[in-house]
Amino acid sequence: MDTKVETIVVVIDGKELNVSPGTTVLEAATAAGIHIPTLCHHDDLCAEALYSQTDANADRKTAAEKYTASGMLPTPSSCRLCLVEVEGLRTLQASCSLPIINPMKIHTSSTKIRHARRDILELMMSEHYGDCFACTRNGTCELQKLCSEYGVNTERFGRPEQAPFEMADPANIIQRDMNKCILCRRCVRMCALYQGVSALTTEGRGDHSRISTFMGREMKDAWCINCGQCINRCPTGALTERDDTEAVWRAIEDPEKFVVIQTAPAPRAAIGEAFGCEPGTPMTFQMNTALRRIGFDKVFDTNFSADLTIFEEGAELIGRLYHALVLKDNAAALPQFTSCSPGWIKFIEHFYPDFLPHLSTAKSPQQMMGAVLKTYFAEKNGWDPAKIVSVSLMPCTAKKFEAGRHEMHSSGFQDVDYALTTREMARMFKQAGIDLPKLEKSNFDDPFGTPTGSGVIFGATGGVMEAALRTVIEVVTGEPVENLFGHADIQPVRGFDGVRMAEVTIPKVGPVPAVFSRLVPNFDWLKGATLKVGLAHGTANAIRVLEDIKQKGPLSTCHFIEFMACPGGCLGGGGQPIPTSPEIRAARAKAIYAEDAAYQVRKSHENKDVLRIYEEFFREGPCSRKSHDLLHTHYTARNATVLDKKPA
Amino acid sequence: MDVKSVRGLVGNKLSFESVSADNGLKRAANMTADEIISQVIASGLRGRGGAGFPTAKKWEFARSEKGDSKYIVCNADEGEPGTFKDRLILTDFPDLVFAGMAIAGKAVGAEHGILYLRAEYAWLRDHLEKVLEWRRSAKLLGKGLFNNKYFNFDIQIRMGSGAYICGEETALLESLEGRRGDARNRIPFPVQAGFLGKPTVVNNVETLAWVPCIIEKGPSWFSAMGTKKSPGAWLFSVSGDCKRPGIYEYPFGTSLHQLLEDVGGEDAKAVQVGGASGLCVPPTGFSRTLSAGDLATGGSIIIYGPEQDMFDVAENFQHFFADESCGQCVPCRIGNVRLLDAIRKMRKAGLDAETERTLRQLTSTMRTASKCGLGQSSTKAFLSILDNFKNELPPVVGEAKATAAAE
Repeated sequence: MDTKVETIVVVIDGKELNVSPGTTVLEAATAAGIHIPTLCHHDDLCAEALYSQTDANADRKTAAEKYTASGMLPTPSSCRLCLVEVEGLRTLQASCSLPIINPMKIHTSSTKIRHARRDILELMMSEHYGDCFACTRNGTCELQKLCSEYGVNTERFGRPEQAPFEMADPANIIQRDMNKCILCRRCVRMCALYQGVSALTTEGRGDHSRISTFMGREMKDAWCINCGQCINRCPTGALTERDDTEAVWRAIEDPEKFVVIQTAPAPRAAIGEAFGCEPGTPMTFQMNTALRRIGFDKVFDTNFSADLTIFEEGAELIGRLYHALVLKDNAAALPQFTSCSPGWIKFIEHFYPDFLPHLSTAKSPQQMMGAVLKTYFAEKNGWDPAKIVSVSLMPCTAKKFEAGRHEMHSSGFQDVDYALTTREMARMFKQAGIDLPKLEKSNFDDPFGTPTGSGVIFGATGGVMEAALRTVIEVVTGEPVENLFGHADIQPVRGFDGVRMAEVTIPKVGPVPAVFSRLVPNFDWLKGATLKVGLAHGTANAIRVLEDIKQKGPLSTCHFIEFMACPGGCLGGGGQPIPTSPEIRAARAKAIYAEDAAYQVRKSHENKDVLRIYEEFFREGPCSRKSHDLLHTHYTARNATVLDKKPA
Repeated sequence: MDVKSVRGLVGNKLSFESVSADNGLKRAANMTADEIISQVIASGLRGRGGAGFPTAKKWEFARSEKGDSKYIVCNADEGEPGTFKDRLILTDFPDLVFAGMAIAGKAVGAEHGILYLRAEYAWLRDHLEKVLEWRRSAKLLGKGLFNNKYFNFDIQIRMGSGAYICGEETALLESLEGRRGDARNRIPFPVQAGFLGKPTVVNNVETLAWVPCIIEKGPSWFSAMGTKKSPGAWLFSVSGDCKRPGIYEYPFGTSLHQLLEDVGGEDAKAVQVGGASGLCVPPTGFSRTLSAGDLATGGSIIIYGPEQDMFDVAENFQHFFADESCGQCVPCRIGNVRLLDAIRKMRKAGLDAETERTLRQLTSTMRTASKCGLGQSSTKAFLSILDNFKNELPPVVGEAKATAAAE
């Protein structure tokens, strides 16, 4: 790249600015501290954000060309709220999609603009049905906020007297209320551009335009992976997740039931946002207090089962490597793919079923905890598993689907009864009058209460891989991982690049620890070997990885690949507080890595709770018969059902 | 010819009958791109789709873009209500269009041409394919035109699916690329990044048909036909309440009076110039002229006789726009529906001053805030009818009662 940066002078509201060519007027104004309202533009969906997802080193000109020239428009400029006046141009211009390529004079506030924005908001309201007070987005609704700012207090263009659209099936995990949709298409673009799924699309034209699915199916019958990324981008309450809070309240108030909850790492880094905290304010221990206060009988840390996952998945990896590399067994598919992200699982089941043998059979931490709670824990405490209601707090909407999968009944019951999102939990706290940040701190309950760094980093993209490497390296070499990576921070797998690769050479090998002795006779075959790992987040990046493997590209040489359905990993999950942006996700990641650094136990194989369960319960070690029954699962190819399945 | 020619509807002598398509193409084959463009500049040819953009300027923009492949797209999505002249050109003078595309290709440096044919003209496809086949065999199309190995140009036909918006050039490009026809953001322009992101010229059928004529007969032959400001002639599709509807060629600067006299519509109450997105001109405006500076037009002339209810006309157009908006931007998608509601209401219960103010504000927002030409011009017909025929509305319900009570 030429180091001399060419700039263009623009004047915005009398303020002179130097900007690089291709900067949009909206970006230039934002940089100058001038706020321009938008409803269809989203920080995640501008050309630069989209492109940096795939190639962090790309310059913005290439980015703009790639996404503006053709194909899906990064910004459709459909809401027309970001209108500005450009001197010399007859019509108002949408600042979100107007690149600066020549010097120009811009006005962002005038009576003409104000009236146009107000008219547009009133036009939206003329098709908007539903009461703000009864909407889950009350207070975080972008349309509501703008109507208030622009003084939309009349109904010049009328309001619908009846709901124009019927409510969708309440069984859908992703709920769509088209009465509140303003057709900004953020959901459509998110689904296509970040997730590569395109479950949502626009159909019809004119006043028949709708956001729809293939053949207008219910979301549960569409090829939706339930990742919920659409919900996080929706400016209104048109997209929400299935609300399971009422059922959980009922269970809590049922004196017959033991209601236990496990909390995943990502919600604790984000739930504070729902209570006015800055993004990246951890609420781990305040949340424990709050959960007890609203009536949960036990509060467990999903970190336990995250560490358990590392044992099972790590053992599986060592076994696969041994089978593939030493025994030359073709059935041992490499690279092994992680299986923690239920959005990713449904994605691969729909779109790449040929790759299913690559998936680790290990269940996700949520489901391992669920299976263990209604077996090991129930036995140990003399609780009747039929009376246990197992709830999870997850950053994720797809976890609701995972909990309901028919495969997930290995305890003899539904292993996890309700999976709540961070947003649902924040609502429950508020309903209980809890001001979370003000609560005192308290610990998790035993026997699944040891906070571990290896578990907590599961919340960020690269975290599962880092936790796995910490354990695999120590198990194989018999030496502290710190000898290879300072502070056990495996930096090469961290970061937000959409697809990443890293290599670790195993300098020496030690004896096989007892717990793994069933799997391999020794580690000599790994001496001097280079372990190659890959990472991808956002299922559009998963497509890149899988296509590269098909083409026998560099990623096909990997041994282990971590896939996360959501951009940023779980901390950017579809169940997290709204809004989201690259900055907010970075702040949450910072909180997660800070917790990791602060914990005494930072390696899964040092989690005493996990070691104990292998002593007391899964006595034959990881990947043994009993652990297979409870901690492993299988997958279903869903590709054939997409077209054939009749809507229910 | 086994196609449904509308030759019988031609009302006067057409210039196209006096030219041979391939004389122009042959001359162009021996000209440089600069020479072609300067001839077209000198002719003053403007786009015939309705916006009236200078054709040569568009070509120059596309020519100055770097890129190994560029496209010439012929917009044959003749969808403006009341136009059918492109249909005549496609049935009777397709060689002019194809030659025009090849000349444009030479001027711009494009080797690929695409004819985007509206779904309703699907029956024309075989006929056009046969013409293309013949032209390929005659070395007027394909590799090495006139055996000149540096002159390559071929044309494929692609079908539309019946949406009005796909006549808008950026929506047309989206449709060509296999997506729903949604208007694109207009920077970059199609000449910079059009079909598949490549520099693309989108020209109307008639625009392209004039090109070989201009090259053959010279720019002054063309410019002599119109006025100084608005050179050239234009084909008009004339329909509605008149004795001789059909296709007429007029030089620019012709008055509506003249046209009405020729077609037998002297008793017209109003003339809609430019189709649904055009202006509705009352008799006081019949001395106005069809030209770039006055009544710009896409070639559609609809005549309304004394019996017509002008707000029925307005409602009809408004209904059309509510249906045919691409559904993308709010001012157009919802604005047109609210305007339709309002027209229906005023036809029953009149229009009070406050509602009128609100509607005028709404039309101003739609005109300035809509994303593409559809929304920006969809209020024209309604506004010109409101301005000129407001007396046709019933009295305001409340006011009528009040007046009655006072009496």
